[in-house]
Amino acid sequence: MAVIVRIPTPLQGLTNGREEVRGKPGTIIELINDLDKQFPGLGERISEEGKVRRFVNIYVNEEDIRFLKAEQTEVKEGDEVSIVPAIAGGGVVKEGL
Amino acid sequence: MSYVKVLKCRECNREYPVEPIYVCEFCFGPLEVVYDYSSIKKVLKKRVIEKRPKNLWRYRELLPIDGEPRVGLESGFTPLLRANNLGKALGIDELYIKDDTANHPTLSFKDRVVSVALTKAKEFGFETAACASTGNLAHSVSALGAKSGFERFIFIPAALEASKIVASLVYEPNLIAVDGNYDDVNRLCSEIANKYRWAFVNINIRPFYAEGSKTHGFEIVEQLGWKAPDNVVVPCASGSLLTKIWKSFKELKEIGIMKDLNSKVFAAQATGCSPISAAIKQETDIIRPVKPQTIAKSLAIGNPADGYYALQAVKESGGYGEDVSDQEIIDSIKLLARTEGIFSETAGGVTVAVAKKLRELRKIAQDEVTVLCITGNGLKTQEALNGHTISPHYIKPNLASFEEVLKKVSGLGGYRWR
Repeated sequence: MAVIVRIPTPLQGLTNGREEVRGKPGTIIELINDLDKQFPGLGERISEEGKVRRFVNIYVNEEDIRFLKAEQTEVKEGDEVSIVPAIAGGGVVKEGL
Repeated sequence: MSYVKVLKCRECNREYPVEPIYVCEFCFGPLEVVYDYSSIKKVLKKRVIEKRPKNLWRYRELLPIDGEPRVGLESGFTPLLRANNLGKALGIDELYIKDDTANHPTLSFKDRVVSVALTKAKEFGFETAACASTGNLAHSVSALGAKSGFERFIFIPAALEASKIVASLVYEPNLIAVDGNYDDVNRLCSEIANKYRWAFVNINIRPFYAEGSKTHGFEIVEQLGWKAPDNVVVPCASGSLLTKIWKSFKELKEIGIMKDLNSKVFAAQATGCSPISAAIKQETDIIRPVKPQTIAKSLAIGNPADGYYALQAVKESGGYGEDVSDQEIIDSIKLLARTEGIFSETAGGVTVAVAKKLRELRKIAQDEVTVLCITGNGLKTQEALNGHTISPHYIKPNLASFEEVLKKVSGLGGYRWR
């Protein structure tokens, strides 16, 4: 078993078109580093200097990691991680403007 | 003629051609319009602007269009009124209200951004305009889109109360009620925007749309006699309006219309959704998303797209941020109405209440020229005041019954018929 990672369309060019890939358990930032080894170039698209890019949202089992421990959030075997580009217009718009 | 050079990623500075795109392919950062200010400087002078019709297009060189304005020819140039009564209540000698409750045609500042977005959408050749919203944005796209001949798709969550959507339905757009919450609606809209060649004003047209907010700031400066105020208090949802007001002040300085710029920009939020003001108060650069819980629904964005940039604008200007409770919001809506005769939506209550707090904290001084941005009309969100207004006096249809009331009202019964 591994961590299941969902890749958004704009990054699937780096994962040979795969929507779902597998990575090693650990912290989110360790997971990103592991993914970058498997799919070179993926890491810098998602993160910069050990921080997740501001306009990339990462969810662990559907919870935003900013509500957890951000980059230090631990993911274990069987967890599902989604990488979602924030829509410029409010990632989570709860009420309309 | 266009003065737009390129679109540029605000995060990694990669450049893109002027197209209906909104996000950097590399880092997913938002794209920003970049202008040729040295050319604009040569043509856009105070006297040129002053001769033009009183609408938001009088600053057209600083807006991202190529040809003639096509939408919103009566939008913008709302009153900037001296608010002496409210100023007295807040302890500010020179207070002004920038009153977008009177914006044409749908009574909110969204008529500015939608005018620019739909003009640009025409230039790009779009025939369909769309948005995800339930409030001011939906009204504006529905109305301005009707006038300018767009097919319109407005996306809302299905569970929304009917009363909130009549002000969109009357313009007969295609109203799509999605079985899901706002997150679901947004996600769906971004997928639709990828698949169909439609102008989603706040998605693929966003870099252009957002520029329309600058006109709120340009007008403040012009109406103050080509001077920026000492303080401007701006309500924050995504943080875009605040960011663009600050940009508008800087642009007028850049092109030489203003010599000095010493304005402080203040962010106003509801405590129940205050990711921006919280970050300002905690002196951090990290905007921590929240799950909104406030009556100020038009400001209830828990994960504000431009929050980081709003934060930078506040810091750069030496301003601050505050947030207020639902009760303070209601009290301030009433205060604004009672003192200045302006009925604002909840966002305006937030702005007034935050200004009061900033004054109490001495972040705003008594003798500083201060402008409050009031962005939407209270007639749209009357339910927020249910149970919080005074009551009518019920009487029988006779003079005695009326005079009973009059005695109570006047205390002394001192009114005379002439």
